[in-house]
Amino acid sequence: MITRFLLRALDRKAIWLIVALVAVSILVPVANLVVPAGNPLHLDAVWVPLLGKYLTWAMLALALDLVWGYCGILSLGHGAFFALGGYAMGMYLMRQIGARGVYANPILPDFMVFLNWKALPWYWYGFDMFWFAAMMVALAPGLLALLFGWFAFRSRVTGVYLSIITQAMTYALLLAFFRNDMGFGGNNGLTDFKDILGFNVQAEATRAALFAVTALFLAAAVLVCSGIVNSKLGNVMIAIRDAESRARFLGYRVDNVKLFAFVVSAIIAGIAGALYVPQVGIINPNEFSPANSIEVVIWTAVGGRGTIIGPILGAILVNAGKSYFTAALPDYWLYALGALFMLTTIFLPQGIVGLVLGRGRKRRAPNNPSGRSEPLPARSAEAEAGEEVGILSPRAAE
Amino acid sequence: MSHFRLLPILVLLTSIVVGGAAWAQDQTPAAATPAGNAGSAASAPAAGGTAKLSDLVNALGAGDPFDFDGRIAAIRALAASGDPHVPAILNALENDQLYTPDGGGDVYLQGGTDDAPTYSDPITGKDETDQIDPDSMVKVKINNNVRSAIDDATNQMTLLSPDRNARLKAAQDMLTDADPKNLDLINKAVAQETDPQVKAAMQAARAEIILKSAAPAAEKQAAIDIIAAQNNQDAISILTAALADAPNELKPDIQKRIDAINTNLQLWSVGENVWFGLSLGSVLLLAAIGLAITFGVMGVINMAHGEMVMLGAYATYTVQQLTNHYASSISDYSLLIAVPVAFLFTGAVGVVIERGLIRWLYGRPLETLLATWGLSLILQQLVRSLFGASNVLVTTPSWMSGAFQLGGISITTNRLWIVGFTIIVFIVLQLVLNRTPLGLQMRAVTQNRRMASAMGIRTPFVDAMTFGLGSGIAGIAGVALSQIDNVSPNLGQNYIIDSFMVVVFGGVGNLWGTLVGALTLGVANKFLEPYAGAVLGKILILVFIILFIQRRPRGLFALKGRAVEQ
Repeated sequence: MITRFLLRALDRKAIWLIVALVAVSILVPVANLVVPAGNPLHLDAVWVPLLGKYLTWAMLALALDLVWGYCGILSLGHGAFFALGGYAMGMYLMRQIGARGVYANPILPDFMVFLNWKALPWYWYGFDMFWFAAMMVALAPGLLALLFGWFAFRSRVTGVYLSIITQAMTYALLLAFFRNDMGFGGNNGLTDFKDILGFNVQAEATRAALFAVTALFLAAAVLVCSGIVNSKLGNVMIAIRDAESRARFLGYRVDNVKLFAFVVSAIIAGIAGALYVPQVGIINPNEFSPANSIEVVIWTAVGGRGTIIGPILGAILVNAGKSYFTAALPDYWLYALGALFMLTTIFLPQGIVGLVLGRGRKRRAPNNPSGRSEPLPARSAEAEAGEEVGILSPRAAE
Repeated sequence: MSHFRLLPILVLLTSIVVGGAAWAQDQTPAAATPAGNAGSAASAPAAGGTAKLSDLVNALGAGDPFDFDGRIAAIRALAASGDPHVPAILNALENDQLYTPDGGGDVYLQGGTDDAPTYSDPITGKDETDQIDPDSMVKVKINNNVRSAIDDATNQMTLLSPDRNARLKAAQDMLTDADPKNLDLINKAVAQETDPQVKAAMQAARAEIILKSAAPAAEKQAAIDIIAAQNNQDAISILTAALADAPNELKPDIQKRIDAINTNLQLWSVGENVWFGLSLGSVLLLAAIGLAITFGVMGVINMAHGEMVMLGAYATYTVQQLTNHYASSISDYSLLIAVPVAFLFTGAVGVVIERGLIRWLYGRPLETLLATWGLSLILQQLVRSLFGASNVLVTTPSWMSGAFQLGGISITTNRLWIVGFTIIVFIVLQLVLNRTPLGLQMRAVTQNRRMASAMGIRTPFVDAMTFGLGSGIAGIAGVALSQIDNVSPNLGQNYIIDSFMVVVFGGVGNLWGTLVGALTLGVANKFLEPYAGAVLGKILILVFIILFIQRRPRGLFALKGRAVEQ
């Protein structure tokens, strides 16, 4: 069964993408560490964590694409899952500091000593062990997604309402993590990391290794997502995206399918966050801010949702643009980003991938991510309103 | 139908606010007038009595320099004159500033420095240094008995002062520092007093003195009644202090009074929380109501709504700058000009946004959300480039500043204005929706867009007007918010999530839902704050809304009917 899943996952596009990612995971560290400085092929050390950061964001965008592009759930809170994974990894890295902190307390992280805490809170237990932290990286966002999704999908909260409550979720977490009493470092978050698995996080070799691991995890995420969307379940997801009520009437358990996609997506986002933290060296509550989560949406939209490669491309391109703009023309970055939001949604609903693939995709009407086979005037307050009419109308046959 | 059921509530709210405002207006001049009258009344006898007063003052320095008893008698005589100059003269005496020629003569007030003293008439203040040989001057001597007599006389003078505010202050001072030896004085003052407010303060002070003195139980009982009638935190502390050395038969009664006052104060604090909640709720309502209209009618999530509020606030700032510059005489009323200006400006921006951006995205609400988010980034950056990233100062006009007491609640005038303003905006909006052709068309489009279109309603026009109206209301909200919040390019960001919560909680397509949602969230927030803290309270509200949406995915007041049921 697993073999069949893998075989389905490996359609030609996914194979190329995975091969490219594996190649990158080898080439970048080699260009950085093996190729001597001065050689035109040498990659400076500053680029490695930067590229690694882009790849974790690409992974986050891919996670969002799984629920938005394939299942029609626009989550404006995916940054929260990313940040939770990041915090789990950050807690492990904090415990690894041990007595090397400013206050040299072997158990308590610096900020707890500073806040005059006497003992480690119970939820910090176990984070000195990597396997436990790694488990929590997946469990924390996964459980939150399970709980949230179970409530939301079961009571059929859809469309913009769902988007808004996911935004409320990440906003509530933002406020919560800003509090010092939460025991997650408050405003400053977790930083000053020293070691990961015994290796210095600042060392160039560790960073190169982290980059390679990130690229491989992204390849794995591509494999998983590609496998899911190419399976029968993936077809049901796409059906839900295009006509949720119809899928339900046909007897599919819409809630469970959505919940599955949401949880898998949250776990991928959490892993991305965990890979992000050691490369950036800090995790703080700002990662929860609603604006961050919305930015992820635009990466996905720019690249092209409803495709596997689109969000990866979008995340890397938009962030490369951001790095360039914020350095060269800091005042114009927000104009550029805002224009990107507006122009993409109006002129490029399929993103760059849709633009490149052009007409080829247009014939496949059911895959049209806007959920409509042809532009219709708005019919009611809700996007899906009037679906029953569609069943009876001749257009349903299309 | 719910419109009619909720109408009485609105009428009640309006009458409270309007009544409160009127009450506040009455209160201010009422407080000012008696003081003014007392001031002019005080100066009249002083002018006529100067000659006699100078004799009394000169008596201070008369006789043997060490005749302190004679000096005390002179002080009492001076105090008994009741002249408003007396406290200052006595004060000078206490500070060793009164001098008299060695061997007797008139009393002078010494000023200047020790090396070059000046001498002036203590009553008129006229400088008479050139008529005086400084070497011959000696200080009018005082000792502790004289000082004590001066203090008593000063107290008495202020308690008996013709100036109402001085009397009130003296009585209040006495209340915080009650001394049984002032009992005779306060008795006299109470007997003379005519102003009811001052008399009440004096009686409270007298009651406290009685509780501290060795008065008989019956008299103390009466005193307890007076103190308990005050019903505030001070009364509790006075009674608690009295509890220790009160006669045994009074102790249970005192305890009962303390408990009663405590209960009463708790009720007031509940009332205060309700008021703060209503105030916060009305701000939320102002910010959310425009969003509710656009979302309800068009199903469009306008992420740039917060920026419309921000633009309204900046319009207020611009209008204020212009009136300050070109018409400073009306600058106190620039807010009144800013309301229509902000409405028209943001409304026009809204129409442009609808025509230029949103109409391309109908039927794709999620994309609209993204596009308007992008627009909000651009608007923020635009304002940042034009006005700078830091806060701009919008001044509060004089008629909106200040505060007053309503029972146990302190109410700031600008909050009251905002609550009243919100109610007006809400009523006007209801009238527009229910009594105008545009409102009729908007409601029709909300309920069933295709049917409305089939009936000949120009839905694109209605959409543009709706979006303009919603944006205009947001601009008006910006005018109000400029009075209580920092006007910066990020202003809108602070309100957008809260506004969404209100709309989602209240349900769309019905402004009453928005009203109830905003007020509920505002009041709930203020009630949670004392227990959970501001941040945790907000988190709890967010969690509550997330859970609430599960129960009622379309909000409190969801539209019913075939068209909206998916």
